[in-house]
Amino acid sequence: MKEKTTDKKGSFLSPFKAVNYLFKKPRTLRYPFEPKEPALRYRGFHLNDWEKCTGCGNCADICPNEAIKMVEIPEIEPKPGEKNDRPKLDYGRCCFCGLCVDICPAGSLRLSRDYFHIHFDTDTFAFFPKDEKTDKEHFLGSEQYSILKASLAHRKENYEGFTSDLEYSLFEPQRVSMPEVPPDERKLSFIEQIIGYSKEEAKAEASRCLECKLCEEACPAHLKISDYIKAIYEDNPGESLKKIFEDNPIPSICGRICMKHCETACSLSIRGEALAVRWLKRFAADSIKDYKTALELRAAERTGKKIAVIGAGPSGLSIAHFLTLKGHNVVVFDSLPGGGGMVRVGPPLYRLPIEAIDKDVNYIASLGVEFRFNTTIGKDILFEDILKEYDAIYLGVGTTASRSTKVKNIDRAHLALPFLQANKIGSGTKVGKEIIVIGGGNVAMDVAREALRLQYMQHPGEKVITKTVSLEDWDEMPATKEEIEDAKAEGIQFNPGWGPKEVKVEDSRIKGLLCVKVKLVFDEQGRFSPTFYEEKQMFLEGDMIIEAIGQAPDFSFIPEKLFEKLQFTAQRKVKVDDNGMTTIPRVFAGGDIVNQNLDAVTAIADAKIATEGIHKMLSGR
Amino acid sequence: MNMNLSSKMSSSPRELELYFGPQHLGMVGNFSITLKVEGDRILEAQANPGYLHRGFEKLMEYRTWIQNFPMVCRINVVEPDSMEMVYAMAVEKLAQIEVPERAHFIRSIYLELARVASHLFGLWAYANMLGFDTVAQWAMYHRDLILDLFEELTGGRVYHIYIWPGGVRRDFPPGFKDKIVNTLHSIGGCVPDYDSTFFNNRLFYDRSKGIGQLTLEQAKQWGATGQTLRATGMPYDIRKIEPYAAYDKVDWDVPVREDGDAYSRVWVIRDEMIESVHMIFKLLDAMPEGPVYNRIPNPFKWKVPRGDVYVRCESSRGELGLYLVSDGGDKPYRVHFRTPSYPHGLIILEKLLENASIADVGNIMISLYVVAPEIDR
Repeated sequence: MKEKTTDKKGSFLSPFKAVNYLFKKPRTLRYPFEPKEPALRYRGFHLNDWEKCTGCGNCADICPNEAIKMVEIPEIEPKPGEKNDRPKLDYGRCCFCGLCVDICPAGSLRLSRDYFHIHFDTDTFAFFPKDEKTDKEHFLGSEQYSILKASLAHRKENYEGFTSDLEYSLFEPQRVSMPEVPPDERKLSFIEQIIGYSKEEAKAEASRCLECKLCEEACPAHLKISDYIKAIYEDNPGESLKKIFEDNPIPSICGRICMKHCETACSLSIRGEALAVRWLKRFAADSIKDYKTALELRAAERTGKKIAVIGAGPSGLSIAHFLTLKGHNVVVFDSLPGGGGMVRVGPPLYRLPIEAIDKDVNYIASLGVEFRFNTTIGKDILFEDILKEYDAIYLGVGTTASRSTKVKNIDRAHLALPFLQANKIGSGTKVGKEIIVIGGGNVAMDVAREALRLQYMQHPGEKVITKTVSLEDWDEMPATKEEIEDAKAEGIQFNPGWGPKEVKVEDSRIKGLLCVKVKLVFDEQGRFSPTFYEEKQMFLEGDMIIEAIGQAPDFSFIPEKLFEKLQFTAQRKVKVDDNGMTTIPRVFAGGDIVNQNLDAVTAIADAKIATEGIHKMLSGR
Repeated sequence: MNMNLSSKMSSSPRELELYFGPQHLGMVGNFSITLKVEGDRILEAQANPGYLHRGFEKLMEYRTWIQNFPMVCRINVVEPDSMEMVYAMAVEKLAQIEVPERAHFIRSIYLELARVASHLFGLWAYANMLGFDTVAQWAMYHRDLILDLFEELTGGRVYHIYIWPGGVRRDFPPGFKDKIVNTLHSIGGCVPDYDSTFFNNRLFYDRSKGIGQLTLEQAKQWGATGQTLRATGMPYDIRKIEPYAAYDKVDWDVPVREDGDAYSRVWVIRDEMIESVHMIFKLLDAMPEGPVYNRIPNPFKWKVPRGDVYVRCESSRGELGLYLVSDGGDKPYRVHFRTPSYPHGLIILEKLLENASIADVGNIMISLYVVAPEIDR
């Protein structure tokens, strides 16, 4: 339009054309009698579904105006891994930008299309947003609603405006995928399945953390997860490891086999994939070659007190580490030839290689902890003698006896723990071509997947089958989803909902397992009490049977007189007080014999409690 | 109007000091001018900004990269959108964030809608100042129709908080393309009415022709951009010179006038609106499908690499620039905006008011399209 435009002076009369408009209908709305409906994306007052809200506080953290404050609501009973904090909005500050909506991992916080509030009391401008689901009093149907009364306490129901959309969220719902050895390759050997994050991958994954710390509440040992994730993000695995060691001295082990209560609680997991906390811990542990120089931890001045730790499993290792740092002399006894306890013999090599265990154990030994391996209490050294010789004793013996189904001919079957142990640190087991594993838990998955590998190694080129049979159906199987998926990918067959009836033996050779259909696994009170449809039977062919239906503790090393003093809880766990002390004075306990979770990180949590208890007792406080 | 006889100050007993604004109907916002007048003639004018100083540039140093995004728009109340655009552009350049193709188109369409809305608001102010109340109300009504579009797209009518680093905040809602077309057609259908009642009106011509006249040389020297410069004959437009968003993807013209007076400036505004509407139609036709947002890093951990950047875009008032410095932290180290109203409202206004008549103060000021919050920041 570069050509020169000529001025149009126009006529004085031309404006009179506008007179036409006198006869047109006015465009203005006669508000409020003619209401104007706000757009569907309108950014008005907040709505918050209190049932979905986890109290993570991300909305308060991102608010540019500090208009949101997290306030504890005592009436709310927080679900595990959640807080009973709820956001309180101050409409004197809110600018309705909606960043809080885009960061809300639960998607509970939304904006409505309401925008009226008139009140003489300024306090009414600060309020807890709720929605019609959780607040029926102030959200009204269209019959009761009147625009003349519209306020924060008189709002229209089902009036959602700007809502959260994962595609435009400020957090990344997708996890950086972990490189793995593919199922067809890994099932042929004991190669570690998880390859581990590279530095870049770990940094990218760590960058997803929103630092809401719900995970830290959920973690039994309360690791400072958000801090050590942040250190990884900042390219400082040494600092990360320091943070981990404050609460967990076995990161190389836990970084592989932790039951990750943190990831269940992770606020990203509500609508996306949880932060890979476990793999990041593993990354921190693996990227530091030498813990000692990185950690610079030194034991306190020697106290001269002697503590015996029975069992070098996760809880025994942890308490040895913590007590040594406090200056006590710790001796750890274990019947196995190396540290790790159950994690040394249980998790197969493809999940937890021996070197990963020894890395943690050797570091703890380097602090001055004395390990006496291949030493069985009650045989090589008597429990009474230890009780006399040491100032305090910690029992971290775990559940070492395998349970059996006690069906006909079951004595021909193998037990889970000896089977796993023999393959991990022993001479190995000869396996059949068609193996039946009884059980649906994580140990059963370990046994089945390990058995499959042995089959491929011992019968190369032949057709081999491993199948599991479990009382529980798919939805109630106690094994983690991850394990079940991995097992399926490797070709393990599942028979959920069947109970073993009899091991069929012909000519002193195992022919298979006769099974009956399960009616119910648990009774009305939720107790384990399986019932069967006796008429519905199935025969599973197989030449080898392994039972993996659970473990029990073995206290045979404690002399009878003392054992009588040891009290148990209703759940048949060793009873301990707030300091971790059992009913036998000076004897503390933790790990699988004490807690219900039966995992490493809870064992560490028990060890932390007992550390404080023992230290308090020994320092005379 | 506040009149103050300051006989001590003035050299001649006939001189008066006259405070124009900030509480004045003809004022463009919280802004004032001190006039030294003799009779009806202005001897000297001094612009007084500062009534709206909110310290945005400093505040932004205390907020994280994403927390600044809802704030930048507030610097210019009338057209917040180009503020969002420069901020997003600067951060994207520093942090090397790619923007999806469709987001570029949506940004351009959205910015052009904002330009039309802003020009209609300007037309309201100008017509209102001249006493053309009918035309002013039409312009306000048509602006509201565009605000309805914004409400539907972004959830906000005035502060849209829509263009963020990485793209735009949400894609078009279903049927939005048709709504834009229908709304623009209904506004475009009223152009003959606007022309006959206002632009081709003898009263408008007589009141604005030759008022606040600026030569090309003066305009260049005093830092004029936007309509003020284009009305002096220079086709200077950042959208052409340094195309951003999708401005280089379609054909369009830069409207220019030669005379440099209030009349030319208002005509440039009119022509620009029409050009913008044509451009929106072309952009809508050429707009590709696809994503509209590349996710930015986690806002709680986001650190923008060390560096500094100057970006500029063509706001409805002229060249809007942003100088942004990052020290590699989670917040900007320094932020500085170059806003078009700054030279227009402080330098050019003072110069043009010399020797003007008191009745033309509003005329000149509003034809320069000054927005006070842009000056103060």
